Amino acid sequence: MKFAIQVNEGPYQHQASDSAYFFTKAALEKGHEVFRVFFYHDGVNNSSRLTTPPQDDRNIVNRWAELAEQHDLDMVVCVAAAQRRGVVDEGEMQRNGKDATNIHPRFRISGLGQLVEAAIQSDRLVVFGD
Amino acid sequence: MSTLHTVNKSPFEKTSLDVCLSHAGAGASVLLLEDGVYGATKGTAVETRVKQALDSVKLFVLGPDLKARGLSEDRVIEGISVVDYAGFVDLAAENDKVQAWL
Repeated sequence: MKFAIQVNEGPYQHQASDSAYFFTKAALEKGHEVFRVFFYHDGVNNSSRLTTPPQDDRNIVNRWAELAEQHDLDMVVCVAAAQRRGVVDEGEMQRNGKDATNIHPRFRISGLGQLVEAAIQSDRLVVFGD
Repeated sequence: MSTLHTVNKSPFEKTSLDVCLSHAGAGASVLLLEDGVYGATKGTAVETRVKQALDSVKLFVLGPDLKARGLSEDRVIEGISVVDYAGFVDLAAENDKVQAWL
């Protein structure tokens, strides 16, 4: 079965990013396909490569990135939500005249159309948030 | 058409469990996760409401989230099934759609 995952909450805020991660991991381990993970609202903060949690704490950003690496996951960050929260890639840096980028290379910034497409292409859309 | 409803808020913080149970059609499945797991425990002010719901819907609770809150499975109301993340995935696959009551 094909799943699409939506994450509306930032890391370390409450539990939505953890729940979404463990659901996605379990689905992949069961042999299901995950068409896309879409990060929306404060969920875009899950993609900052600059996060540095204490060493004995889970690294939520790296954990998503590792799962994506293992399973070739498409992880998309909403562009409008990212702009508001200062989540920047090379293209956004140039377009908006910023002096730095902070997105982890395993994530990509794109539009809401990617969420709509994921919902259409997948058998189930599972939403996690606060 | 069956639906899996997910409730992630404590019934002592938000009304999403009550609203969800009022809305869920007969034969629907409801999964309590995150702080929602408090709604699955015995001896609370919402126990009667939750037991009443068991007549028409199937109720599930996420085991790892019970454990994370120091709640053992013997605290869970009879008739509510404890599932792990793999069980959550199965529920999402078995039902036609998933509705999150955020």
